[in-house]
Parts: sequence; C-alpha cells; structure tokens
Amino acid sequence: MRRDIAKIFKYEVQNILHSKWLIFYTLFFFLLTEGLFRLGGGVTKTSMSMMNVVIIVVPLFCIILGSMYLYNSREFIQLLLTQPIQRSSLFWGIYLGLSIPLVLAFTLGLGVPYLMHALQGGQDMSSFWALLGNGVLLTFIFVGVSYLIAIWFDDRIRGLAMVIGLWLFFAVIYDGLVLFFIYMFSDYPLEKPILGFVIFNPIDLARILLLLKFDISALMSYTGAVFEKFFGSNLGMGLSLAALGLWIIVPLGFALRKFMHKDF
Amino acid sequence: MIQLSDLSKRYGKLQVLKSIDLSIDSGKITAIVGPNGAGKTTILKLILDLIKANEGSIRIDDKRIENDFKYRQHIGYMAQIARFPENLTVKKILTMIKDLREGRYKMLDEELIHQFDLKSEFDKQVKNLSGGNTQKVNASIAFLFSPKYLILDEPTASLDPIASSILKDKIKKEKEAGKTIILSSHIMSEVEELADEVIFLLEGSIYYQGSTEGLIEETGEENLERSIAQMMRGAEQ
Repeated sequence: MRRDIAKIFKYEVQNILHSKWLIFYTLFFFLLTEGLFRLGGGVTKTSMSMMNVVIIVVPLFCIILGSMYLYNSREFIQLLLTQPIQRSSLFWGIYLGLSIPLVLAFTLGLGVPYLMHALQGGQDMSSFWALLGNGVLLTFIFVGVSYLIAIWFDDRIRGLAMVIGLWLFFAVIYDGLVLFFIYMFSDYPLEKPILGFVIFNPIDLARILLLLKFDISALMSYTGAVFEKFFGSNLGMGLSLAALGLWIIVPLGFALRKFMHKDF
Repeated sequence: MIQLSDLSKRYGKLQVLKSIDLSIDSGKITAIVGPNGAGKTTILKLILDLIKANEGSIRIDDKRIENDFKYRQHIGYMAQIARFPENLTVKKILTMIKDLREGRYKMLDEELIHQFDLKSEFDKQVKNLSGGNTQKVNASIAFLFSPKYLILDEPTASLDPIASSILKDKIKKEKEAGKTIILSSHIMSEVEELADEVIFLLEGSIYYQGSTEGLIEETGEENLERSIAQMMRGAEQ
C-alpha cells in the first residue's frame, strides 16, 4: 500500500509542478516578502506584516487550487481506480501529492527572502518559524477541506461556490458573527463560549497562535485576548496547535469515508 | 466467468439497474446494447468497482469483488471518454500505468501502440492530443497488460475508420487467444460483427440475453439492427 501511495504521489507532483498557478503562488510570497525586507523592515517587522497575508492568502489559494485541481483530475482518478490499486492508497497519494508541492512553494517563496536578509545579521528567526509553521498547517488544513468539498459535490460550480463561500466565512464573516454574538449577549459572561468558537475557525486559530507567539497584545483580537488571559501563552499555543491538528484530521477523515464509497 | 446476482443501482430516486441477474461466459465477446440511459455503462463500471451497487453482488471467477482491489489486475478497461492529466506526455502516462502495475502482470502487449502509430505522439502533452488520439491511448492502455478480461465502453465511438478496424481486429484476436471481452455499443453492425452474445438492456432490466443469431431468428428480422429496433418498439407498446 505504501508503495502505491508513493507512486501516485510521485506522478501527481510531476503533474502539479507544471502548473503556472504554483509558480505564481511562489512568486507572490517571494516578491511580497522581499519587498517588505527592502522597505527597511527587519525580521520581526516583516513577519508581522506577513502574518495577515499568510493567514488570509494561504487558505484562499489552497482551497481554490485544491478543489480546481481535484475537479480537473476526476477522469484521472477514474483511470487510476480501474488499476489494481486500493482506493485508500489513491486517496492519500492524491492528498499528499497536492499538499506537499503547495507547502514547498510557500516555504520557498517565504523562506528565500528571509535567508537572503536575515542570515547576514544573525537576527532572531523565531517569528519566521512561527509564520512558516502556521502556513504549513493551514495548507494541510485547507487542501483537506477542498478535498472534502470536491468529493462531496459532483457539480464543480457548486463546489467552487462552496469553497469560496467557506473561505469568506472563515476569513471575514466568522469574526463578525462572533462580535455580533458578544454584542447580543454582552450581559453574560462570554469568555468560555468565545473559546469554544475559536476552535471552529482554523484561520482564527492560526491568528491567535501567531499573536501569542509574537506577544503583541495590542493587536490581539477579542478572542486572542481571552485566550491569553485564560490559558497563558504556552498552554494557549498548545491548545490552538492541537485544534489545528484536529482541523487536518477531521475533514480528511470525512473525505476518506466519502471517497471509499463514492461512485466514479 | 463474471456473475452479477440481484444487482440494483439507484442514483437518488432514479433506479438505473433493477435487480439484474447475469452471467458472462469466459472466452466470448459479449455486447451490451440498449438505448441511452439503459444502464450499459453502469454495469461496466459496477464490474470495475468504480461505482457501488445498492444491492446484490458481483463475482469474478467465483470470488466476490468487494474489498478486493487485486482482481483488477486481470481487467483492462477502456472508458467511453478518457481524459488524462493534461500536463503529462503520452509516454509519461504509459510509464506511470506500467509502474503502477509493476509485478502485477505477466507480459506487455504493445501491439496497439505500434499499430496506432502512437510512438510519434509520445512526447506530446495530453492536452495537445486530438480526441481520436486520446481514445487510441485509452485503448492501448486497456490491452497493454494482456488482461484476462477486457471491458470496453463504446470502444470505437470516436475513432476514425482505420483506427476502428485496427481495434476491432485486435478485439477478435484477443478472443481467439481466449480472453473474455465485454463491450457496449450503439453500432449494431459492429456488434453483429464482433459479438457472440448480446445483452439487450432497457430501463435497467435485461430484455434479452443470448446469441446474436438467436435474437435475429427470434424476431424474424434480417439483421441485428432491425431486430433490436423491433424489440425496442415492442417494449414501448
């Protein structure tokens, strides 16, 4: 089984490496990070500016590219399913073959400018590692979510509408809803329910994780402030990491179940 | 031998196959015919486990196919419309399929690749191939591993007359070599030319199963096309 996964992974990577979008994605992060360094920012300053870009752009790009790619390779999946290969091997081969090139593109685009600028000065790189780690986690999460949606909805128009809607929901609408909730129930102690809310939004989780890491309470959202107050920095980071891990596992678990029983 | 027992398939409310019982003999060419939407492709895809039945079971050589992916090493499949990853070259796709089947086949049969002259297309990316050439690649892959069973879904539909005759000759040759071939088709002259057995499918049920000659005899028509047309009219009434 592992041999089949590795083979499918290999061909999927070869296929996706030809994609212009992947090059565009790499260049986007490279040019932006490089630009921020050139504008005179040091490592920490650049990381802070890149934070919002990473937690917004990585999910958007991964969820759209992931679902488009999966919709376009439906016939390819069908071809592979007619070969003596287990469905689960195919599932994992495709997931890894899609997410790992995206991780590498992101790492390269973000990492090269840091290497060029930061290594000379011997500056503190911890903010870079935090940014990189979060971007990688978000990639695995949102490729998984796009996978689930592409398997669930056969109609690609509906699927694409769904992924864009979902991204908007997590990136923009969710915080609005939380604020609305806080406003509506301002007479009640809200800290614990708010903590619960955060778990259900991976973008919020990544934001909190980075804010706790950067230790900038002034920039912290309401949920972030509650998080820090409640758990302190370390426990807060541990919990949000664990929740992000669940965000990788749960959608993928549902996607796998659906994939195993799907008609192609 | 392939046996389908009490096989039903629904898509939502639409009942595509209604408890079908069918056994397909080894060493013969069996053609599944019927109007669009009769369930031809559904049967072929069920045998490959591409789609899952709601009820019933499928046995190949007396073994149930559920949860057993290895039986597919004995099957070559040609889909009605094949699309491949468009950035890969023809050569790469063939290499990939060979690589995936490594250790799971006895011999390679590249006769169709030569006869279709696909070598000249090897370095082209799939997105630059014509529809007919894509279908030639599709056919070549189905026959490549010299499988015991060949499942061909409208194999000649988008091929030019030359390619179509090459493929039909290959199908006959494989039958002579003892292979079992199941195909679906709308072209009755082709079915008459190739098939030993005909399965006539209408609205998810089997209307007729037997030899081609038997069907013509039964309806008293002069050829298969007219016989099938008569059966379809009979079913409408």
